[in-house]
Amino acid sequence: MDLTTFLIQCLNALQYGLLLFLVASGLTLIFGIMGVINLAHGSFYMIGAYMAFALAPLVAATVGGGFFTTLLVGLVLAVALGYLLEWAFYSFLYTREHLQQVLMTYGLILVFEELRSLLVGDDVHGVQAPDFLSGSIPLGDLMVYPVYRLFISGVCLLLALGMYFVFAKTRLGMMIRAGSTNREMVQSLGIDIKFLYRVVFAAGVAIAVLAGMVAAPVSSVYPGMGGLVLIICFVVVVIGGIGSIRGALLASLLIGVVDTFGKVLVPQVAGVLVYVLMAVILLWKPDGLFKAG
Amino acid sequence: MNSPEILLRGMGISRRWGGLTALDNVSIDVARGSVHAVIGTNGAGKSTLVNILSGELEASAGAVHLLGQDVSRWSQPRRARAGLGRSYQRNTIYPSFSVLENCRLAAQAMHQRPWAWWQSASACVKTMQAAQDAAAQAGLQDLLAREAGLLSHGQKRQLEIAMCLATRPSVLLLDEPLAGMGAEETERMLELLTALKASHAMLLIEHDMDAVFRVADVITVLVNGQRIACGSPEAVRNSPEVRVAYLGEH
Amino acid sequence: MRAQLPKFLFVLASFAALAVFPHVAGKFGVDLATKIMIFAVLALSLELLVGTTGLVCFGQAAFFGIGAYATVLFSPSDGPGAVATLLPLCVLLAAAYALVVGALSLRTKGVYFIMVTLAFAQMAYYVVHDTPLGGGTDGIYLMMKPVLGDWLDLEKPLVMYRFTLACLLATFVFLALLGRSKFGHALAGIRVNEQRMRATGFSTYPYKLAAFVVSGGIAGLAGFLFAVKDGFVNPEMMSWHISGEVLIIIILGGLGHLRGALIGAFAFALLQEFFRSEAIFGEFAKHWHLGLGLTIIASVALLPRGLVGIPGQLRGRKPGSHSGGALAQAAPTKAGHEQS
Repeated sequence: MDLTTFLIQCLNALQYGLLLFLVASGLTLIFGIMGVINLAHGSFYMIGAYMAFALAPLVAATVGGGFFTTLLVGLVLAVALGYLLEWAFYSFLYTREHLQQVLMTYGLILVFEELRSLLVGDDVHGVQAPDFLSGSIPLGDLMVYPVYRLFISGVCLLLALGMYFVFAKTRLGMMIRAGSTNREMVQSLGIDIKFLYRVVFAAGVAIAVLAGMVAAPVSSVYPGMGGLVLIICFVVVVIGGIGSIRGALLASLLIGVVDTFGKVLVPQVAGVLVYVLMAVILLWKPDGLFKAG
Repeated sequence: MNSPEILLRGMGISRRWGGLTALDNVSIDVARGSVHAVIGTNGAGKSTLVNILSGELEASAGAVHLLGQDVSRWSQPRRARAGLGRSYQRNTIYPSFSVLENCRLAAQAMHQRPWAWWQSASACVKTMQAAQDAAAQAGLQDLLAREAGLLSHGQKRQLEIAMCLATRPSVLLLDEPLAGMGAEETERMLELLTALKASHAMLLIEHDMDAVFRVADVITVLVNGQRIACGSPEAVRNSPEVRVAYLGEH
Repeated sequence: MRAQLPKFLFVLASFAALAVFPHVAGKFGVDLATKIMIFAVLALSLELLVGTTGLVCFGQAAFFGIGAYATVLFSPSDGPGAVATLLPLCVLLAAAYALVVGALSLRTKGVYFIMVTLAFAQMAYYVVHDTPLGGGTDGIYLMMKPVLGDWLDLEKPLVMYRFTLACLLATFVFLALLGRSKFGHALAGIRVNEQRMRATGFSTYPYKLAAFVVSGGIAGLAGFLFAVKDGFVNPEMMSWHISGEVLIIIILGGLGHLRGALIGAFAFALLQEFFRSEAIFGEFAKHWHLGLGLTIIASVALLPRGLVGIPGQLRGRKPGSHSGGALAQAAPTKAGHEQS
């Protein structure tokens, strides 16, 4: 592998890893803070991807907006969806056993898949990146790299930094962190824990949807994509440690590297490599690289 | 006079969590035929000490000797099979099983035979006998068929002890057996503990001071992870350090 | 123990009904019933893990698929294979993978365990999906169905039906005996309070691993039966949706009871046929997952003890009583974000 290819794959790995981090952080947050294991999290990613496909012409026709408008509309819809779902469904799961949560959210996956099938159909779709973001730009004099992939990495980094800022530096973040370790205490301080959970859940959904929307031009849009992303997110969480954002970031980047280089170097076994990585890490650290923190 | 046979010995046990020291160089001896009580304020390290002695927690420093053997690296199940029984502050009984089954399952630990898949568990005479004996010792012989979850709180605590006894241990680690009990139940439990004293080495964590002074032969006082006193109940009661550090705030 | 008689009679009646069923049913009925019985075997394997031991495994499809693929891969291409060697081989291979997966997964607890078992099953899926070993997405055909000596020709549907029924009965009896043995009681204790079991003197890891391996082996048996019945295997047999379906089957039927696996397998199949029926749903029939998904949500929410628990629920029995399933039992409940 020459240097150019190597650098390109590094950037690909970074982009995939960051995208994965975005989706996985929503999953690990919702579990770490509310104690709910949500199998339908992959479905939110899928909803985002299908929104990118289906919303763009709608937005163009009604409001005359382009790419960013579609993203904004999708984001607003996602927050609303998350808020509604938490109120109507997920709030009943907090006190239930994990097995019940697994099954009920699995049932939800089936519902989402069929609703998508009813509304948009089962075809595989490609989504075009907006003109001003397509094409490639030279990076140094070693290589050219697709602009859109840089855009994805940029968006993910921005969101990651935003999450860090909210968690570490704002009052809301402090309340969320407090609520995750001691629910009763937070309630007795007069903070409305129900509202807090709803906000966190809506944010988790919105992040996953946004990730799906942003990734659509690169990953294409197809039924079953939700399930695949979900399982990889599980691997991220297992490797990184549940509830740990740091762990999710490290694990995502690790997986990004293993998967990307695996596909290039040993394409036949590439699909399996990520799981081998997980097995190796489990041998060494059964609780993941970092515990909640 | 016979020197008492030390069945359980903790030597120089320390436990640190990052910068926090939960236990600092604590030693403790538990002899056959005696009750060694450990008292102290909340967070003084009592539960940590018991967890290290039982094997649920690893010490940062120090050693644990059981029946003369160094068991510091032994897992909890292994120590239990070697004769170390443990009861918990919060009930760990199996609520959906009968009282007899609770005891029988505990007794099974000493006669496991997991490969005999065709044999019914209740066919094993040894485990049934040990279970019935343990239940009788704890005063539950008339409640064998009752579902454990339906027992009164005091009876559940008795069952907690019975499960300990089912493996016929030589050493008993009892974590607040009187927790949540009324006066009559406490009286019954104290009678049970006194009856057990003769054949076991018992370590007792308790907050009920009257009970402690009634039943204990030796008392260790822990404050902030350190042993500030260890001696007979009289000696401890009169010790100035204890009066200042602990009994005053009690 | 007087409560045991109705349950025993129910099971006896069920097997008797299954025995005479081919005489009243047509070809389609026999075929469907065979498939349901195979899934009942698979469900029983998961019941041992989830219902008895309390280990929520989301990767049962892997052992099922390995049993199936082994059947095809180890059948000779020029003649029928021998059931006497093929069946044990499939069971052993599935159990071997279960040993590896279990050894690694059981180092984790709670939610991690669910995720890790799912991931390992997905790994097996990718092995047959991507590598030439599994024939890729097209799958592989079984050239000739295996025989047992001269008298058991599994090519004939009726013979296959009876053979499957015999396997189901044998599995049921085996697990029933296992359940009342010391091993089974120990597993139940681990489910209710593993810490107490350890404090009493049980090394719980070997017990859990043994349960995992036995469960994997039985799932491999189901895989063998499935491969023989259809004469065809493909990677979708290892799809995580199969793992999900088996989990739903045992919850629907009722966790903690062997007959729950039987009831669940039949109920689930009936539900599938119901939602798929064009006669009832017209053109929405192809979106049958919607009805199924909603039913799953409703049944978990409203029937915590599954179908088996309906008589008890109607009588107003409190959850946590002796016959309650694991979902409704007073097992150590999660306080929010537990580590175990």
